[in-house]
Amino acid sequence: MSSTQHEWPLWEVFIRSRQGLGHKHAGSLHAADAEMAIQNARDVYTRRQEGVSIWVVPADAIAASSPDDKEVMFDPANDKVYRHPTFYKLPDEVNNM
Amino acid sequence: MSPVEMNLEARFDAYVAEEKKIEPKDWMPDAYRKTLIRQISQHAHSEIVGMLPEGNWISRAPSLKRKAILLAKVQDEAGHGLYLYSAAETLGVTREQMLDDLHTGKAKYSSIFNYPTLTWADMGAVGWLVDGAAIMNQVPLCKCSYGPYARAMVRVCKEESFHQRQGFQVMLNLAQGTPEQKAMAQDALNRWWWPSLMMFGPNDSDSPHSAQSMKWNIKRFSNDELRQRFVDMTVPQAELLGLTIPDSDLRWNEERGHYDFGEIQWEEFYNVIKGNGPCNKERLAARVKAHEDGAWVREAANAYAQKQQAKKTNATTHAA
Repeated sequence: MSSTQHEWPLWEVFIRSRQGLGHKHAGSLHAADAEMAIQNARDVYTRRQEGVSIWVVPADAIAASSPDDKEVMFDPANDKVYRHPTFYKLPDEVNNM
Repeated sequence: MSPVEMNLEARFDAYVAEEKKIEPKDWMPDAYRKTLIRQISQHAHSEIVGMLPEGNWISRAPSLKRKAILLAKVQDEAGHGLYLYSAAETLGVTREQMLDDLHTGKAKYSSIFNYPTLTWADMGAVGWLVDGAAIMNQVPLCKCSYGPYARAMVRVCKEESFHQRQGFQVMLNLAQGTPEQKAMAQDALNRWWWPSLMMFGPNDSDSPHSAQSMKWNIKRFSNDELRQRFVDMTVPQAELLGLTIPDSDLRWNEERGHYDFGEIQWEEFYNVIKGNGPCNKERLAARVKAHEDGAWVREAANAYAQKQQAKKTNATTHAA
């Protein structure tokens, strides 16, 4: 099979819904190159003004944490409640701190 | 099953029972994965094949406004198909494999799209009834246990409500129009009513996989439950239109607090699923043709992308 018959690569699509917000994962799509991925992302994910900016990233370029490591990876934060403001009981007089 | 797998499966079941979401890289039972691949890909195929009966009327819509609306709706269906194919791909199946299964007839799609759209009123009836039934089925899927499917369904459902409303409006305009227009609307209702009820699938007593899907939180309500809801919701809408639902057994049951309705002709349903509906061959042939006619475009785009990539690589090498 020649390489031209291969499926177009997969791209992950990130959209900034409005100025001032970060790009958020919207979904994925297939496209031959980045330019086409942006065009397709516009048609597939922003038909109702859902975005003002689009990022596309080749799906295989994303490195992800492993779900099996979830506990080791995120548990150390579990017992550090003092990182949250509610940990500190203050007199009622300082109500807005 | 090994003890490790049993342990994983027990954890998975508990997780799902707590209404938590499963994400692509999480462990899941093979049967769960297979069920989802089948369901999501069938759902995607239905969106894509569903473009055909309506595409039929784009060039013949009665006004520019209606044409623009219909175009937008058909484009939405394409988008819904794409969201769903992407969701299915997260489970490890390729787009090519799914399309292949559709084109060879191995995969199914909703049998409703094997009925023809004969008049403009069918655009009304399809939006009102077919999209109405689809919404009834799809809203609970927004809370299904598989994250990517649930997220795709949230998008789909948001967009789908315009589809139903525009369909009802088409029916309303016809029902309030000339006697001929009203007759056209009635005729469309007559033809689409029963196939729409069939969209909810077999009766619960004949739906063997439902219990497992319910346990996995893929399915939240039974086929008969959703069908009853659809009938209860739609009967008053038909009354408002001044049209008659083609069912002599249809009547309000005070005791149950629901409408009773007639027996569905399941023979017809299974016959259409088997491939003997009025348009099965035509629909599949249209999909295969579109895919084959597009082959050179896909290849050309690939070739172009490779050429651009090569140019870039060359430029970098020379610069260095």
